[in-house]
Amino acid sequence: MLIGHILTLTIFVPTAGAIVVALLPRKGRIVQWWTLLVSIVTFALTLHFPAHFAYGQTGFQFVENCSWIANPAIRYHLGLDGLSMWLIVLTGFLSVVGVLASWSAIETRTKEFYFFFLLQQTAMIGIFAALDIFLYYCFWELSLIPMAILIAIFGRERGPRTALKFFLYTFIPSALFLVAILWLYAKTGTFDYVTMRQFLIANSALFTPNALFWAALAFLVAFAVKVPVFPLHGWLGDTISDAPTAMAMVVAGKLGLYSILRFNLGLFPAQAREFAPWMIALAVIGILYGACIALVQTDIKRLIAYAILSALSFCTLGIFCFSLSGLDGAVYQFINEGVSGAALLALAGFLYERYETYDMQRYGGLAARLPVLATLFVITCMSLIGLPLFNGFVGEFLILSGSFASHHGWVIAATVGVILAAAYMLCMIQRIFYGPESAMVAERPVARFSAREHILLWPMAVLMLAMGVLSPFWIRAIDQGVAGLADSATHTISYLEKR
Amino acid sequence: MNSSLHLWLIPLIPFAGFLANGLAGRKLPKALVSAIALIATAIPFTQVAWLWFNFHAAPAPYFEHLGTWIQTGAFRAGFDLQLDQLSLVMLLVVTGVGFLIHIYSVGYMAHEEGYWRFFAYLNLFMFFMLTLVLAENFLLMFVGWEGVGLASYLLIGFYYLKNSAANAGKKAFIVNRIGDFGFLIAMFLLVARFGTLSFSGVFAVVAQHPEWQGGFLTAIALFLVLGATGKSAQIPLYIWLPDAMEGPTPVSALIHAATMVTAGVYMIARTHVIFNRSPLALSVVAIIGVATACFAATIGIVQTDIKRVLAYSTISQLGYMFLACGVASYASGMFHLVTHAFFKALLFLAAGSVIHALGGEQDMRVMGGLRRKLPVTFWTMTAAVFAISGLPPFAGFFSKDEILYQTFLAPNGGKVLWIVGLITAFLTSFYMFRLWYLTFFGESRYRNRSLPEHGAAVHASSTSTLVLEAEPEPHAHSHDTHESPWIMLFPLAILGILSLIGGWIGIPAALGGNNEIARFLDPVFGSSGTLQGSNQLALTLAAVSTLVALAGWLLAHLFYFARPALPARVSSQLRGVYTLLVNKYWIDEIYGALVVTPLLLVSRYVLKALIDAGLIDGATYGSAYAARGVGAIVQRVQSGNIRSYAGWLAVGAAVLLIFTYFGFTAHFH
Repeated sequence: MLIGHILTLTIFVPTAGAIVVALLPRKGRIVQWWTLLVSIVTFALTLHFPAHFAYGQTGFQFVENCSWIANPAIRYHLGLDGLSMWLIVLTGFLSVVGVLASWSAIETRTKEFYFFFLLQQTAMIGIFAALDIFLYYCFWELSLIPMAILIAIFGRERGPRTALKFFLYTFIPSALFLVAILWLYAKTGTFDYVTMRQFLIANSALFTPNALFWAALAFLVAFAVKVPVFPLHGWLGDTISDAPTAMAMVVAGKLGLYSILRFNLGLFPAQAREFAPWMIALAVIGILYGACIALVQTDIKRLIAYAILSALSFCTLGIFCFSLSGLDGAVYQFINEGVSGAALLALAGFLYERYETYDMQRYGGLAARLPVLATLFVITCMSLIGLPLFNGFVGEFLILSGSFASHHGWVIAATVGVILAAAYMLCMIQRIFYGPESAMVAERPVARFSAREHILLWPMAVLMLAMGVLSPFWIRAIDQGVAGLADSATHTISYLEKR
Repeated sequence: MNSSLHLWLIPLIPFAGFLANGLAGRKLPKALVSAIALIATAIPFTQVAWLWFNFHAAPAPYFEHLGTWIQTGAFRAGFDLQLDQLSLVMLLVVTGVGFLIHIYSVGYMAHEEGYWRFFAYLNLFMFFMLTLVLAENFLLMFVGWEGVGLASYLLIGFYYLKNSAANAGKKAFIVNRIGDFGFLIAMFLLVARFGTLSFSGVFAVVAQHPEWQGGFLTAIALFLVLGATGKSAQIPLYIWLPDAMEGPTPVSALIHAATMVTAGVYMIARTHVIFNRSPLALSVVAIIGVATACFAATIGIVQTDIKRVLAYSTISQLGYMFLACGVASYASGMFHLVTHAFFKALLFLAAGSVIHALGGEQDMRVMGGLRRKLPVTFWTMTAAVFAISGLPPFAGFFSKDEILYQTFLAPNGGKVLWIVGLITAFLTSFYMFRLWYLTFFGESRYRNRSLPEHGAAVHASSTSTLVLEAEPEPHAHSHDTHESPWIMLFPLAILGILSLIGGWIGIPAALGGNNEIARFLDPVFGSSGTLQGSNQLALTLAAVSTLVALAGWLLAHLFYFARPALPARVSSQLRGVYTLLVNKYWIDEIYGALVVTPLLLVSRYVLKALIDAGLIDGATYGSAYAARGVGAIVQRVQSGNIRSYAGWLAVGAAVLLIFTYFGFTAHFH
């Protein structure tokens, strides 16, 4: 059954849910249950898209397109392609995960938390669905505000300071981004993504290369901060370590990387190729730099933050090598990162709920007390370090093998990151779970792994495995979404022949 | 062969066993856990045996396509399996020896708390190892390749509450990852050049281009070698294997002796089409092999821990197999792989039986005189010692001799490699008979020291309790040294027989045999690999290596039986050499000082403290202060003065107007 206006419905169900949250009484766990219900409904709605997606059909599907403001011409234009479809499903999935992960971690001011949490879901789904750049920008900004507020209120001790940092990092480039959008509008007379793309391809002669270069750069910087790309990652460590788990799960990665693909590669393909050497270098530096710092962290969440920096830099590398399999791999990898990174943050959160510290040095020998948690932790780490048959391997392999033909040296350097990833993850596992029991672990009685935790994590573990084994199920849609962004095969061969 | 052989069952049944024991094993009785694990290994073994009888003569490989795993653009990799003579030999070894070791483990691990966990991991290992062997493309082989690494990691760290065990597991995984890095780069090169990772696809293209010699094929081969040195514990990545002895002894036998560590040899044999095109890569393999063989043997001489002696001997024997591959005699490498699987598994299991009898004691200096107390262990171990030392007619004699013979004949081999190989044979015979004498002969030096002090292992139980016990848990009357139960002795007996007769599948023509195994593998390697010299030469070389083995035995007899005071005298006279060997050439320390410490120091002080916390964070806060400065200026604007507000409003409106006029409408076409 095809539902009309399904995208609008999916975007605004969480908003409606948020309004109800504001009206609910602060009693018991009503707010939690309600938010969980809304998240499940949203997730179920997102599953509508893969079920009804027409594979093999290019262009956008589930399109809704009507005028919003006549002048300036802003349209309410929504649509999905293979690139954005799974990202919306992922967002829906992570909203359920987020509620379950926050269930007992957020005990005070739950109404505020879940209100902004649901608003954030609307914003993120909107970002992936919007095909009008102004509309997109509205969702983009909307996603930043609840995030900053949630970090400020619910973050660990340094919450407000971290929120300010996050705010500075993301708002200043957003302002430049807005200027670039307005400039483009002035030049092309449209905010509509599809129209603008056609216009830019058809009339590239109208622009001086310099002008497009600066516009593309403004886009790129705004997105690169959000990914983050080295050296714009200054906010990441603090944000991941201080933000509530549900926010840390979604703060990095998919939004920025999706936007780079959609706008930088979609609207400014020539400029993207101009930036490519720089971006590839920054990506490889980011992979190694993140991994090396993760190696010497003692704080679990900071280690995860730098691991995320390293892992997402793989995606950046795959994107800016412009090979089809590299792009497929990059998209697949940031979906993987969404799942496995979220699982790892949830696990870290569960440890924190039990022991109130993220300091690894105080842990030790926990595997004997929490065997299930240890097992899931190891599975998640194996997925993140790209063990074959787990999701991470498929993405990593596609990125690296796809990029190798044109960039031998960089890819070999990036592959060193695979070794380092094993090193920092196994060090973390060992410090927390293996070795003799630490004083803290030995003294404190510990809550067993609860049913909620089982329900949250086992499906994620199964998903990691399923995505590692049945990758064509996801990739055939992604392939179609990114096909137009890649260099043609002949292009790749000419790279090879140049060498 | 038209009907399907259902090869997919071979790896998936152990996987089912893993899932059953891994998910539910905690709650199952031990008998059921072991039944599941044994059945999950017995079925593949039976199937492989059946395949052996029905398939061994088939001229062409059999393929099975189970579906697509990864597909983008023109690239596709699938779950494709392949059966040919090479994989059949490996399958027999893995399932056969694997099954025996499963049986042994039922007895050996009987008193362990994590019994179910152990068998779950063991089945997981079987799954990955069989995937590795059956894979028809590099990518699926890599699944098994990294997967056995995972199983190895989990099993080495089985006693995870012991720091040494956890460290050893981590070290094994990371060092293997360095090798996997090579494997990955080789795959990237293959994808870039061939657009496929299928063995048959790549080899067919190579076969069409006889003009390709060296060049990028050398690059691919050398990266594959890096991978192989990791998994097969060769120089420069051998350092993880001695530490891996922290795992329970059956694990050392199965994974770190008989099967997993031979994966590198199997991989080189599997990709021989590429190696044959690259004389440079072959020479590298040969030199790595012979150097590792000799190097590890010298360390083996002075080790006192029974399992560590065996670990270094494994590294050394794998070196022989590398040497065989390096002189392009893949069949003899595989031959030695098979016989080595028999006698090395037996050596570990027998050592496990000794350790079991002595309540966890692994130090040979406090053993001795166990010949009478452990007769079955003694006799089976004797067969294995004779086999590894290369005494005819035991298994190791034929396979090792074939390697040395082929090395002698090969164009890139020659006398130098042969002589180093021979020296290694001497050292091998010496340290193995040293182990034999120290363990089984002379006076008993065992004092049954109180267990928690010595040889004790802290075991993690599955139910959040901490049990301090020996590894493995001693029986109530552990001071009474006694023979192991039949369930442990039965595998010993089978392997003992195989250590004796296992080499008869490859008796060379010079000794009146037919070299069956080389013929059997001919469809895979082609008959060109096996070089034929004169019978005279073959007999001479065989005689020389036998004499060398006897000389090693004689020297060990002198040192450790006839004149027990001699070793101490010699070691004090050769203090420098002895110190070097006892410290294993300080290789671990050198790697630590050259790689690990600098990496950590740079990461901690340069990257983390200086760049990340200093520069990048500093810039953030710097801009925050700047923003505050701007804010201060802006604050002045917010003066509360209505007239200035009106002025700003006017300015703003004017800017907007201008912007709208020129920006929005002028270009509105």
